[in-house]
Amino acid sequence: MSEKCYVARSTKIAARMMGDEMMIMLTPDSTLFTLNEVASAIFNAADGMTPLDVIVAERVCGEFDVELEVALKDAEHVVKELAGHGVLLVSDKPITQPRAFAQVAG
Amino acid sequence: MSHLVAEMSAKALKLRIPLSVQLDLTYRCNERCVHCYLDHHDHGEMTTAEIKDLLEQMAEAGVFYLTISGGEILMRRDFFEILEYARELTFCIKLKTNGILIRKKEADHIKALGVESVQISIYSHLPEVHDAITKLPGSLAQSIEAVRRLRAHGIHVVMANVLMTRNAHDYAGVRALAAELGAQFILDPTVTPMMDGDRSILSLNVDENALREVFQNEALVDGNVEEFCAPPQGPDEDALDMLPCSAGHTACYVSPYGDVYPCVQFPLPSGNVRQTKFADIWRDSPQLKEVRSITLRDMPSCSKCAHGGTCTRCPGLAFLEGNMRGPSTQDCEKSFARTGIPSVNLMSKKSAVAGLVQIQGARAMATAASA
Repeated sequence: MSEKCYVARSTKIAARMMGDEMMIMLTPDSTLFTLNEVASAIFNAADGMTPLDVIVAERVCGEFDVELEVALKDAEHVVKELAGHGVLLVSDKPITQPRAFAQVAG
Repeated sequence: MSHLVAEMSAKALKLRIPLSVQLDLTYRCNERCVHCYLDHHDHGEMTTAEIKDLLEQMAEAGVFYLTISGGEILMRRDFFEILEYARELTFCIKLKTNGILIRKKEADHIKALGVESVQISIYSHLPEVHDAITKLPGSLAQSIEAVRRLRAHGIHVVMANVLMTRNAHDYAGVRALAAELGAQFILDPTVTPMMDGDRSILSLNVDENALREVFQNEALVDGNVEEFCAPPQGPDEDALDMLPCSAGHTACYVSPYGDVYPCVQFPLPSGNVRQTKFADIWRDSPQLKEVRSITLRDMPSCSKCAHGGTCTRCPGLAFLEGNMRGPSTQDCEKSFARTGIPSVNLMSKKSAVAGLVQIQGARAMATAASA
């Protein structure tokens, strides 16, 4: 991934926190995913405007006991996988969507 | 049900999360279906602001699957405003509609909002049958046009066929039509009582032979017909602790007036969101707590019935029959049609009827003797 990587939640998903997991459904084909607590934190912070390294530093390293370098590597892997499924959008520039979803409740 | 969906449902049950809610926006409708269980007059629907507030509360409470239904949902002028807001709150949305008001603009909008599926009721592939059921001339053509429009956008469409006396022979035609249009086909063999308890529309239900034909149709049964129709083995210990269905456990229903029920088919008033927060009703309602306390073991008749472990007993229909711990005769009839084995409930009704016949016989004999 490029040095500055921006991530945004797709508008083609449904999502809800359930306990410490996030349930996500891709609405075009009804594929269901669950994210663990760390991946959920990244997903929730994916507003398209905050670079991934900042999200990881603030939302992952700030909340969980993990080093930045390790967390960033894992985050890039998760983001790549979710982007492959269409759950997240990834760009080297800030992403503005016509109707960006608010943070997921529940 | 996929493994992940089952896992999430089990987690929702454990955490007492209302995973699924059906929200009816209105009972008003542009059709007048003969089997409809609703009163179509507006008795004070929730406003746009009230519904948006409710949606926020439901998202906060953990609702994931939101079925938006009616009445006809597009009769509300604020329908798309509500739908947009619901999608902003990231609900997984299923719409139930007759499709008549879905033109190109509406189909475009539904597509853009990422709705998971749209369910449209199609009662027959024959206009004269469908239109006689909806009492709206031209309705089949308009509903089919809506299916085509939505499918052209790649939207998942479900064609729901309610089986009744008037269309008992048409489900194969509707199924073929669904296949042609690229829609999913589902068949519901039960006409339910009206929400106010009026049972007159039950006369529209098909008879035992028609039900048996459906249950033995390989094309309609998900799995092996022989296994599906096999005689029941009776409930084991695990089955006795089984919960009847998701109503009140991980699902509930909210009416256009803000009334909360365990399910749309289970009209047990459990609170009103105009007076009490949704989460408080969900957590604290004595009615919902009572519903949650019921297991098969608590049902005097069903716990002793051979069908106990496999029956599709609807607690709402049992409630409408007078006892939420009792049997639902319509489901007893379905179990009988499926397996040929009468339920405990049907047998007790049969012996009661036999008793009456004997009395009639005795009176007839007495009349004959006096003549």
